[in-house]
Amino acid sequence: MTETIAPPAASPQPSSRRPLLEIRDLEMKFPISRGLFRAPADFVHAVDGISFEIAPGESLGLVGESGCGKSTTGRMLVKLMEPTGGSIMFRDGEYERDVAKVRGREVKDFRRRVQMIFQDPYESMNPRRTIYDTVSEPLAVQNVGSVVEREQRVLELLRLVGLTPPENFLFRYPHELSGGQRQRVAVARALVMNPSFVVADEPTSMLDVSIRISIMELMAGLAREFQVSYLYITHDLAVARYMCDRIAVMYLGKIVEVGPTEEILANPKHPYTRALLSAVPVPDPSIRRTPVEIKGGISKAINPPPECRFIERCPFAAEVCRTNPHPPLEEKGPRHFVACYRADEIEELAQVAVAAS
Amino acid sequence: MTTVDDQNVHPAELGVPASGASARELTGGRGLAHTPLWRIRLRLLRRSLGITWGLFRQNRMGMFGLALIALFAVMAISHPILMATVWDPAIYDPVDGYDAVMTEFTVVENGALTDEASQIELNQARIELNPMVTVGQVVTIPTQPAPPTFEGEHWHILGTDVHGRDIMSQLLFSTRAAFFLGAVAAITTVLIATSIGAVAAYFGGFVDNALMRFADLILLMPLLPVLILLSAMFSMNMVILGIMIGVLSGFGGVAIVLKSQALAIKVKAFIDAAKVAGGSDWHVIFRHIVPNVLPLSFLFMMFGVTEAIAIESTLSFFGLLNVDMTWGLMIQSARDNGYLLSGTSYWWLLFPAGLAVSFLCFAFFLVGRGMDEVINPRLRAR
Amino acid sequence: MTSTLEHEPALSLESLENRQIDPTRPLLEVDRLVMHYKIKAGEVSAVEDVSFTVHQGEAVGLVGESGCGKTSIALSLLRLLPSNATYEQGEIRLNGENLLELSPEEMRQRRWKDIAMVFQGAMNSWNPVYRVGDQIREALDTHYRGAMTYAEQRAHMEKLFQAVGLPPAMLDRYPHEFSGGMRQRAVIAMALSCSPELIIADEPTTALDVIVQDQILKELKRIQAELGMSIIYISHDIAVIAEVTDSLGVMYAGKLVEYGPTADVFARPRHPYAYLLLRSTPSITGPRRQLAPLEGEPPDLLHPPTGCRFHPRCPFATERCATDVPPLEDIGGGHKVACWHHDRVPALEGALQR
Repeated sequence: MTETIAPPAASPQPSSRRPLLEIRDLEMKFPISRGLFRAPADFVHAVDGISFEIAPGESLGLVGESGCGKSTTGRMLVKLMEPTGGSIMFRDGEYERDVAKVRGREVKDFRRRVQMIFQDPYESMNPRRTIYDTVSEPLAVQNVGSVVEREQRVLELLRLVGLTPPENFLFRYPHELSGGQRQRVAVARALVMNPSFVVADEPTSMLDVSIRISIMELMAGLAREFQVSYLYITHDLAVARYMCDRIAVMYLGKIVEVGPTEEILANPKHPYTRALLSAVPVPDPSIRRTPVEIKGGISKAINPPPECRFIERCPFAAEVCRTNPHPPLEEKGPRHFVACYRADEIEELAQVAVAAS
Repeated sequence: MTTVDDQNVHPAELGVPASGASARELTGGRGLAHTPLWRIRLRLLRRSLGITWGLFRQNRMGMFGLALIALFAVMAISHPILMATVWDPAIYDPVDGYDAVMTEFTVVENGALTDEASQIELNQARIELNPMVTVGQVVTIPTQPAPPTFEGEHWHILGTDVHGRDIMSQLLFSTRAAFFLGAVAAITTVLIATSIGAVAAYFGGFVDNALMRFADLILLMPLLPVLILLSAMFSMNMVILGIMIGVLSGFGGVAIVLKSQALAIKVKAFIDAAKVAGGSDWHVIFRHIVPNVLPLSFLFMMFGVTEAIAIESTLSFFGLLNVDMTWGLMIQSARDNGYLLSGTSYWWLLFPAGLAVSFLCFAFFLVGRGMDEVINPRLRAR
Repeated sequence: MTSTLEHEPALSLESLENRQIDPTRPLLEVDRLVMHYKIKAGEVSAVEDVSFTVHQGEAVGLVGESGCGKTSIALSLLRLLPSNATYEQGEIRLNGENLLELSPEEMRQRRWKDIAMVFQGAMNSWNPVYRVGDQIREALDTHYRGAMTYAEQRAHMEKLFQAVGLPPAMLDRYPHEFSGGMRQRAVIAMALSCSPELIIADEPTTALDVIVQDQILKELKRIQAELGMSIIYISHDIAVIAEVTDSLGVMYAGKLVEYGPTADVFARPRHPYAYLLLRSTPSITGPRRQLAPLEGEPPDLLHPPTGCRFHPRCPFATERCATDVPPLEDIGGGHKVACWHHDRVPALEGALQR
């Protein structure tokens, strides 16, 4: 209890610097197989033309329900999946590439600069390899340093993530460690190559509350120290609030709202974001939440119609939503973008709805 | 969002990772810089094998199987030693030896036989020896196959076969062949099946389809008839047979089982982590997938030995193999000379070889089952 | 409260509707329960001296981290523990009758009929090869053999489905045709099928998305209010417990460390563990508080710490904490705390809000 998570230092101004990542119209369509010899006619539009930017040192939260495409997006950014369309410009100092087009030997080179932290600390480490093997793996496959140098680097990182004394952890196996300790090892592995960008896919959702806070604190602290940018994928808005400078809300493969964290939480403009926020339980029995406005459950984006993805569940859908294609992201506040034709009227509409009920 | 509790997470593996190994212990207190990594890994391996052995030792079935195998191993080793010391090669060689038991008979008139053990009818004696034999004469007739004898200079503990060769010597000699064949077949099976399974699971798509359809094809072919056909076309010795059995079972059922195991490992996050680290396909396959499939591979190795020995016996029984002496051949030579259906009166021709095949197969099966319980914690008694 | 349902359910589960609710009458009393698991390495002290009371129509929450014994308590109440578990001490009284003294057959009769359970992970609660309706019918058959005709069973099940907001036609569907939220609704319908007085909900919304979670929690709250049932919620999610319960118990390492009215415990947590747990839960409302991380790891219950089980991680630990087990003491208004230094906890508040 010596340290507590501090609010992030003044977040970097992405507009003043060139973004580290610039994603344009990123798209991932999975074919639905119709058998061996027939071309697939149906596609799941897991990620359907999304665009966003991440500044150096910035942490962007990608939030949404399961199946909204947030994990697919994260996996495309580290090339665990090849996008079916769009571009991912990655600029790290001298290095400048469209990651979507990187092939062959260049992939390995690209992976010196990015890393990923996974959700399940019990599955993200090979049970038959020691902690040393696990943490030094990126160094080994990238052929960085001698064995002695690698050992020094691994020891240094284990110390950094709070596994002390590091010598005692070097030749242990993952199953000898607790969930929290393993996730610390995962953080060490992610940072061993000094990456400039890390995709964190629900890194704390499987941990207990008390351990979760210390891992969040660790990740936030190291990001500040080493100028790492995060794409922080989570379903938990409360966690995103503490980890992210900006939040992007995804729904069925589309980003429906993006903006600075506190701005989104205080002033949500998309009906889906509003529903999502009002559905989160509050750890304080004295606070009564506003009721959730939307109905039904999330569906699958199989060959979706052109109009707004949220139209079926939207309590405020109007003629303009039915006759126009999915709305583009438009700036409705300072750095606050919303994809909704009625974003400006939402507040009034909601009050009318509450009064009527 | 589920929290996993530690008791449910059991490392399912042959080499259960050792606990509590600090760098200090492993490097003898001198630090990593002064101790080569391979030495640390060797120490870790030794620890993990120690733990595995500890688990296996609690399994009575497996330990019984292991004791049986040890007994057979002693038998295999004892043959060359006996040949070099107490056994005269001219008499005890399993293939070229000859020693008939000489029995003296008194020739009696036809129909006047009173004691079968010491008398012989005139007509019978004239057929077996020469037409000049007369009644009252004492003749010496070599008996083969002869029952166990413990008299004279050369004992035959398990008697001799139809050609006057020592059965005990044949039995011991064949043990070595059985082990050899089992090892060749099992190693071939596991090498092929593990690689195929891991590659098919990892790459998926066309590679997977092609390999698995081929596996189905081999699985559909009845193994024994195919081997009979092959041995009819080519002269097969033990090495070729071992490889044949290994290839056929390695491409077939075992590959399919190991592939499904590899598939379960392929979806684990540590595979993605290795890829993001920059690991190549082959790095991922051989550093991450194969080591996690290996425990199951070893299990199939044990069952593979059983299968290979049984197949060899069958093929030898039909006389389809070009081998010096095996258990199957011992039974075959008994059958060729019409002793197969003789019941228990010529037991030493059939039982030693038959029981040896059964028991060695049984032993490897038991060890396999014992290993299964070590590898698969769900089978372990609480 | 606005319901998200298209059709308002008409509740006519007769036996439930006519139930007389007396909120002061204890329904379930857990009295000094001690339960251990025997494993090769020794005895795991999973539930240690736990006492609490559930009144009629009350919603009680048990909250704690993984391995704290909350699920063990749930299984204890239904006597569904694995064979290596032993009740060392204590009583579990349902309407005054000690469940631990019942024969296995008598206990089997009580399950579903008196106490039902909504398990964690709705997918695993259903057998994939049978229709959902047939699986509920099986439960009815067990308890009302011969008492209900096929048509009566069907009518009853349709009412149940309506009560949880599912179209009755879904009874003829297979589990895989249900979405996660619908499946959890069906599980609740199944739990209601034999009109129990008490439902134990073990992580009922874990693995569900927030919007679906919100719907399910509302459903449970409404059913509880309308049918006058008691519910024990078991969860690691403090926010969920805060929303749906009247009383709340915080568990740590097999012990109940704090128990009391939910609002009271949240407003004035007095056990250091409860305090840190409540203050380490991030929230999206209110000002961005600093979160207090808990140092260290929960203890190994094979060798639990002596005295207070929290003392190795506790900022207030003194020598006494390491030797004497603090009793669960009432500090006013039914708010009970098991800590020698509960009066010092408010000082933490100041330290954290510096």
